[in-house]
Amino acid sequence: MPFIPHTHADKDSMLETLGIASTEELFDEIPKNIQCDGLPDVPDGISEMSMLRHMAERAHNDTTGICFLGAGCYDHYIPAAVWDIASRGEFLTAYTPYQAEASQGTLQLVYEFQTMLASLTAMDVANASVYDGASALAEAILMAVRVNRKSKSRRVLVPASTHPFYLATVKSIVTHQGIDVEIVPSVDGVTPISDIDLDEAVAVVLQQPNFFGVLEDADSLTTKAHEAGALMIGVVNPMTLALLKPPGDWGDTGADIVCGDGQPLGIPMASGGPSFGFLCTRMAHVRQLPGRIAGRTQDKDGNDGFVLTLQAREQHIRRAKATSNICTNQGLLVTAATIYMTLLGPQGLVEVASACVRNTHLLVDRLTSHPNVTKHFNTPFFHECVLDFGEPADKLQQKFLKHGILGGHPLTGLIEKGEQSMLVCATEARSEQDIERYYEALENG
Amino acid sequence: MVDTIFEKSRPSRRAAAQRIEGEVAHQLIPEPYRRTSPPALPEVSELQAVRHFTNLARRNFSIDTHFYPLGSCTMKYNPRGAHRAAMQDGFLKRHPLTPTSHSQGVLACLFELQEILQNVTGTAQVCLTPMAGAQGELTGALMIKAYHADNNDHERTEIIVPTAAHGTNPATASMAGLVAKEVEVDADGDVDLESLKRVVSAKTAGVMLTNPSTCAVFERRIQAISDIVHDAGGLLYYDGANLNAILGRARPGDMQFDVLHLNLHKTFATPHGGGGPGAGPVGANERLAPYLPTPMVTKSDDGYRWVDESERPKSIGRLSAFMGNVGILLRAYAYSLLLGGNGMCNVSEYATLNANYLMKRLADAGFHPAYPDRRATHEFAISLRQEAKETGVTAMDFAKRLLDYGFHAPTTYFPLLIPECFLIEPTETETKEELDAFADAMIAILREAQQNPELVKQAPHQQSVGRLDEVHAVRHLDVTAH
Ligand SMILES: Cc1ncc(COP(=O)(O)O)c(C=O)c1O
Repeated sequence: MPFIPHTHADKDSMLETLGIASTEELFDEIPKNIQCDGLPDVPDGISEMSMLRHMAERAHNDTTGICFLGAGCYDHYIPAAVWDIASRGEFLTAYTPYQAEASQGTLQLVYEFQTMLASLTAMDVANASVYDGASALAEAILMAVRVNRKSKSRRVLVPASTHPFYLATVKSIVTHQGIDVEIVPSVDGVTPISDIDLDEAVAVVLQQPNFFGVLEDADSLTTKAHEAGALMIGVVNPMTLALLKPPGDWGDTGADIVCGDGQPLGIPMASGGPSFGFLCTRMAHVRQLPGRIAGRTQDKDGNDGFVLTLQAREQHIRRAKATSNICTNQGLLVTAATIYMTLLGPQGLVEVASACVRNTHLLVDRLTSHPNVTKHFNTPFFHECVLDFGEPADKLQQKFLKHGILGGHPLTGLIEKGEQSMLVCATEARSEQDIERYYEALENG
Repeated sequence: MVDTIFEKSRPSRRAAAQRIEGEVAHQLIPEPYRRTSPPALPEVSELQAVRHFTNLARRNFSIDTHFYPLGSCTMKYNPRGAHRAAMQDGFLKRHPLTPTSHSQGVLACLFELQEILQNVTGTAQVCLTPMAGAQGELTGALMIKAYHADNNDHERTEIIVPTAAHGTNPATASMAGLVAKEVEVDADGDVDLESLKRVVSAKTAGVMLTNPSTCAVFERRIQAISDIVHDAGGLLYYDGANLNAILGRARPGDMQFDVLHLNLHKTFATPHGGGGPGAGPVGANERLAPYLPTPMVTKSDDGYRWVDESERPKSIGRLSAFMGNVGILLRAYAYSLLLGGNGMCNVSEYATLNANYLMKRLADAGFHPAYPDRRATHEFAISLRQEAKETGVTAMDFAKRLLDYGFHAPTTYFPLLIPECFLIEPTETETKEELDAFADAMIAILREAQQNPELVKQAPHQQSVGRLDEVHAVRHLDVTAH
């Protein structure tokens, strides 16, 4: 019996204490006709050694080679100490810190995380995570509608240059509260700010850099949104904020709500999850922020310590009137990200961001030196760029894979002639040799 | 508390962990887009960072260090083997958008997990993407809504939940744009059928139930409930938080539930990570399966592949950027391989034995089970109302004092309808010795409460901090160090 410690003697003495002959009696309140006779269709258990052998074969199957894919999930280097520490049992196997005095480690870490995220985004507060970047954007929109009580409208504008899977998630979630999500078409890969009609909009979303890697005019849109009485929601990649203007400084008074996915901060790609979503806002709106928040307080002797705070926002207190139904969040990934940001510091993060920008520009220059390859947009980009390959991207991707290159994300249906385009990315983890190998794969096709 | 990492920071100090040669690429970013002042991240050495976070870790209780009988949370041992299985390079380095031709390993694992969970729950299809129980609930509520909309049944706007339900149930109803209606629970902890008949109507979209319920007893009249709800045209949602109690013994599908979630971070032993991540796969019967979210995994002649909305036009759509918490799903899959169908039946048997044994020991010592005439399930509730009346020592005080005895406290004040409630869930992975020691600690604290109540009311005394003031935290809100 894996993981069950009972000896025969234990079981006998427990049954004796209970005054029953067998454990079957403990289930006598379950009507017989809904009891099942075990799980005959689930195979019997195997040993840890056999399980690991099986899983190693499966994992080995999925080894692809050099990754030039981005599109919301990035192959960054993760310093050894990050997961060495995050995997400690005291972080890994603790529950949500309900008993604060027995959870000071997690609570202080979350408080430090909130400080780091608020500083990166130039906002006042951050929460302790939601599920991922896409669900964070859905929560940000729901929050904006609650905050912007002056606006009677439920019209939210979201540019078409936002990550398509974020858009899909937003539609699945927010429309059920009567929110009208309107997609703003992009022109040449960017959102045409001056053409946007903000009449009666309750909030506007902008992803910076956008899904296509392109830099948007966040300043103008933020100012324009505020003039029209709408809230500004920024969707950002936290790593890029080492170099890019933080949303708190956009336009006249900065964004009102900022969200995104924390995967670039020390989280393995791991098929896209678990990573974590983050949400930051202004102090004035903190009571509408969903999710856990750690706060500093004092114990009965006046010593500092940490607790979960503003719990009256949450489902376990407020039930149907809570800011969100979220309960379990992505705590362990926040732990890893906090250690990652600490190990990098401000300078390390600038170096990583710079290397990403530099490598992607090198990659784009090298690939477009090939006669078939051109840039799709002629706009400034960060560490992702859309390239036209002049032939079907799906097939090309398979050819590249034969050379051990994961070449990019085909954009079929997302832009004009997208079936011949790919979104490519080169993080700090790519070397000049890697880029050269990509070029060779292209040439030898 | 220990100094925050920011107090340890010194300008220009840094760790060598991630250092990249080459110039800073400012010039590639046009001036108006640039950041002008650096973020206030800490500047510390690698050793300082490692020591700081190691010391923080040591200020946590966890399964690895302590008995953690948090009711409704199933804090069982998280097998290291499952963790190692998921932490292999092939899984960790897989980009979510890798073509399926190069993803057969992970897809095979996910497909087989879908099948195992279908078997375990007695459902027709399972979607793995919801990222926790609450997202599973939202999924279910949206599926129920979509089903009624499909039948042009637009008046069904209410979700019925028991008064004792977990907070996520009513919060989910609101998030789905539905109205939560409460149904009473009777003196034995079962849903009150008369009350149910009163709230069920042509407006009922569905009912959300946990079984065993949040009162920690098995809902004996589940078939009657199901008939009442189904006859009224409503659907039945199963909150799988307590599945550990009946794993391999009774399946929610066989209880006529239409749609359900599982909390893999409870029943399937994936670590809770100090708050998460979890995974909340959703299963549905034939009637509701077409509405499951995407993506799902299917198997065809040329291997495994993803299924999206193009093949599932009735799907409620996507709920995450990629495919949920795959790393957690892999751990749960590894755990199911280790246990197998036979091991799963042992889980419910021993989880139930442990809970009933501990309840008996506490009852024999004079504590008051909330439902003394009922069997414990995988957990049980006791009420400390009488102790509080006699000694002034509350459930909260008991909880804090338990920490000094080296036990994490049970869930306190949930469900709310049981006054001064402790919800105690030992799980199957604890020894009899541990249960005895916990019972002895409870008895010792009761004696302290009678002889020296202040000692208990001022607890804890042996933690890194004394009892923390939550009201102060709200009044003097301090949520960032700068
Ligand atoms: C009965 C019950 N329902 C729902 C949930 C929510 O699940 P999760 O925290 O995974 O979102 C919980 C979690 O504590 C629970 O105990």
